[in-house]
Amino acid sequence: MSNLEPVHRALGLSDAEYEEIVGVLGREPNLLELSLYGVMWSEHCSYKSSRIHLKRLPTKGPHVLVGPGENAGVIDAGDNIAIAIRIESHNHPSAIEPYQGAATGVGGILRDIFTMGARPLAVMDPLFFGDPEDARQQWLLDGVVSGISGYGNSVGVPTVGGELTFDRCYQSNPLVNVLCVGALPKERLVLGIASGPGNLAVLLGSSTGRDGIGGVSVLASAGFEGSDGAESLDDAKRPSVQVGDPYEEKRLIEACLALLDEGLVVGIQDLGGAGLACATSETAARGRVGMDVDVNAIPRREPGMEPWEVMTSESQERMLAIITPENLDQVTALCSRWEVRAAVIGHVTEPDFDANGEPVGRLRIRDGFDGAILAEVPASSLADDAPLYDRPKARPANLDATIADDPTDDAVSLDVAAAIEQLVVGARAVYSQYDHQLFLNTVIGPGADAALLRLAGPGLPVSKRGMALSTDSNPRWCALDPRAGTAATVAEGVANVATVGATAKAVVNCLNFGNPEHPEVMWQLSEAIDGMSEACNALSLPVIGGNVSLYNESGGIDIDPTPVIGTLGLVETLVCVPPSLSWSDNCDVVILGTRRESGDRPHSLAGSRVAVDVMARRGGALFSVDFADLQTSCEFVAGLVSDAAAGNASLLDSVHDVGGGGIAVALAESAAQSGIGASVAGLESVAELFSERPGRFIVTTPDSAGLRALAKQAGVSAEVIGRTGGLDLVIEGFASIAVSRLQDRRDKTVAELLDA
Amino acid sequence: MAATIGVVVYPGTNCEHDAVLALESLGVRAELLFHDQRSFSGLDALVIAGGFAHGDYLRPGAIARFSPVMGAIEDFARRGGPVVGICNGFQVLCESGLLPGALQKNRGLRFLCQDSQLRVTSTSSVLTSQATVGELLSIPINHFSGSYTCDIDTLRILREQDRIVLRYVDNPNGSIDDIAGIANEMGNVVGLMPHPERASSALLGSVDGIVLLRSLITSAMATT
Repeated sequence: MSNLEPVHRALGLSDAEYEEIVGVLGREPNLLELSLYGVMWSEHCSYKSSRIHLKRLPTKGPHVLVGPGENAGVIDAGDNIAIAIRIESHNHPSAIEPYQGAATGVGGILRDIFTMGARPLAVMDPLFFGDPEDARQQWLLDGVVSGISGYGNSVGVPTVGGELTFDRCYQSNPLVNVLCVGALPKERLVLGIASGPGNLAVLLGSSTGRDGIGGVSVLASAGFEGSDGAESLDDAKRPSVQVGDPYEEKRLIEACLALLDEGLVVGIQDLGGAGLACATSETAARGRVGMDVDVNAIPRREPGMEPWEVMTSESQERMLAIITPENLDQVTALCSRWEVRAAVIGHVTEPDFDANGEPVGRLRIRDGFDGAILAEVPASSLADDAPLYDRPKARPANLDATIADDPTDDAVSLDVAAAIEQLVVGARAVYSQYDHQLFLNTVIGPGADAALLRLAGPGLPVSKRGMALSTDSNPRWCALDPRAGTAATVAEGVANVATVGATAKAVVNCLNFGNPEHPEVMWQLSEAIDGMSEACNALSLPVIGGNVSLYNESGGIDIDPTPVIGTLGLVETLVCVPPSLSWSDNCDVVILGTRRESGDRPHSLAGSRVAVDVMARRGGALFSVDFADLQTSCEFVAGLVSDAAAGNASLLDSVHDVGGGGIAVALAESAAQSGIGASVAGLESVAELFSERPGRFIVTTPDSAGLRALAKQAGVSAEVIGRTGGLDLVIEGFASIAVSRLQDRRDKTVAELLDA
Repeated sequence: MAATIGVVVYPGTNCEHDAVLALESLGVRAELLFHDQRSFSGLDALVIAGGFAHGDYLRPGAIARFSPVMGAIEDFARRGGPVVGICNGFQVLCESGLLPGALQKNRGLRFLCQDSQLRVTSTSSVLTSQATVGELLSIPINHFSGSYTCDIDTLRILREQDRIVLRYVDNPNGSIDDIAGIANEMGNVVGLMPHPERASSALLGSVDGIVLLRSLITSAMATT
């Protein structure tokens, strides 16, 4: 930073924002106060560019217990069990320091879940990297996967799935998203609220160090300078990356859940981005009370830390609990059983009242419990009163030209077999590094369309229900049409959970976009939110949480819009393993769901994997999804599969969603999984083989007449296209590939990248 | 009287609830035994569950061996009490000297969570008494440091005394002599890297771990 730069700018605040702070306080802020605003008013913490748009999302539903704005969304899952779910990004730290960036991403999301009183039960990791042949991308992939494995396995939460996407748009900006679900007895639900003046604020867990200072502001709320993806990725920002300790977090989880079980806390809040500044101001603002914090009482990792460093440090594995003074001894004793440090760092204070009689809680940072006041600001001004921007939006000028450049007709001459071999990439070499079985819940783990888990865990009421999870994204679609692309991504999630027999109940979203100061990026973000809204309204799905990651740009180049949708579904009765994507011999292969787009529009390859990854063509007009049709086919599939999960006879031998790579890759994946070939015929074109419109499923059945009769009743199209058997996948008129060859490509592609 | 099996918990252990669940589904009582207890009573067998005791810092099991509970575990084992260490528990047993040898990082230097095929190679242990020599079991592994190693004399003794109880069919981690599990001389202390509790229900894809857990339960009943 230049010596001439004003301090507020170095902290990430604009001149106008500085003036606003002066207005709030009625005076110039001191350095400590300015630091608090710097982190709390950062894009990452305040959503100042996106809030105005996020309001358009549907968030309500009869089963929604907690919607967006809390640490996690929560739904009522029945049987007196509530499920908490949250998704986050850790993109910028992972670009700089992949192992710790990814590891602390896992740690952070777990705290969001157990702060609600829920035991974290499963994690999923959607990951996005640039050109897989590039050595730096391989280093990032290896580091990120090792970080997730190293932290997640040790902390004792299974990683049950995710996604792995390679696209050149992530060359300088890898994306590392992480989703976590937890479950809790419904009555244990707690919120991060401080109340009761005189109550104590107790900091649990790790000591506070200089790691992660400015993580949310300097690092996560700005783009990278460099554009070459290698040399200039801002080494100077490395100290803003946090360092994780899964062993500390594991004990913290056990201690916090025990505190909640014993009813020893009034409110509890995790420390993540913006550290103590965030936890203290948010809990106080939610409770409309004030809080006095003694900065000297905060256990430190190193000497000589300034108050502003202590208050904004993002040191990991810390929680802030609000407790009554009478419970302090019990809290201390319980924490010491788990070898978790507990330090009283402040107390809740009475609010002042403004001219309208509204309570105004003040956050005061003091030098000793009764010492000098080092900072004094209205808590809500940090937490809730960040500026709100309606930034200019503009549809990209070159979009029409891109849409006009449709690759579909040029696919006629494609070498179909070679394309399938290129696209049948499995991530087994990644997920075999993750413990995906802990808690004995994982019925269908990574590598399938969706994960399926028993809804069970230590301390939960007994239930026979299952929960399904999927994370979905498609930057190729969203680059062409962020609205329809995001809507289709929601559809894809619903279809994925249907393949394991689940009905989607709620979604969360992680919106990964470029620099919001670019009008094109704001247009993409606004369109994506509208698309999500349209799809969720059509499917009656509430959006119960989300995260926005902006400034994914390097050297002025933005990533393609990458909204990631996490879908949570439920299965009523899970007592048998339902059909997977693996085939048996001598079954009919059936396409379920409408084969053609509504209006009988020809199959489109715009935004498909074959167009982008094989043909290097990024243009074209995206398909559209008929949501009523999609819902009918998803309900039909979910019904068949959930019957099997409940232990009833089923007509299904296998089921696989048509997703990335289309019908061709769905067939290839099932063949590789089962080691059994198939002969199919009647697919009308290369475009039908590779088009990716959701709402279609490849199923196999020993009784296609029976299945077709059921489908007819349900109003779902079901067409037999072939039969399983043999050692080759034969797609008549297009390709014939040995199953062993498919298995080889599926297993080796990613393994070779990791070992490169 | 029904047997009760204690499941040992160190800070950082994470498979304790799974072990309890699997054992109780087979009709035996199971309860947690916390690392800070210097003594215990009323337990007929012990399982040292998997996870990352003390964060696996320094070396897996290296700190856990100094836990207050270790003395009582050693006494229990010396008196012939059945003790089974699963995964991290195996590492603890090796570090504490209750079993010979050591577990080093996997060949390939990556964490591995996947199914493994095992062959029962000895039934003279509390974990394999109900199985059949040559029987194939499909049981998951979940470890970074699971490559068993020992000096050549120890290996010879393990073989001569029929103490190699489980071997990998397709050695995933580079263990010497394909070793997946070994017993002490009396056969009452067994360590294995695979997780039988993860193969204890059809819903989880395998029931092959049950024969091992049943063997342990049988031994526990015999001591009551």
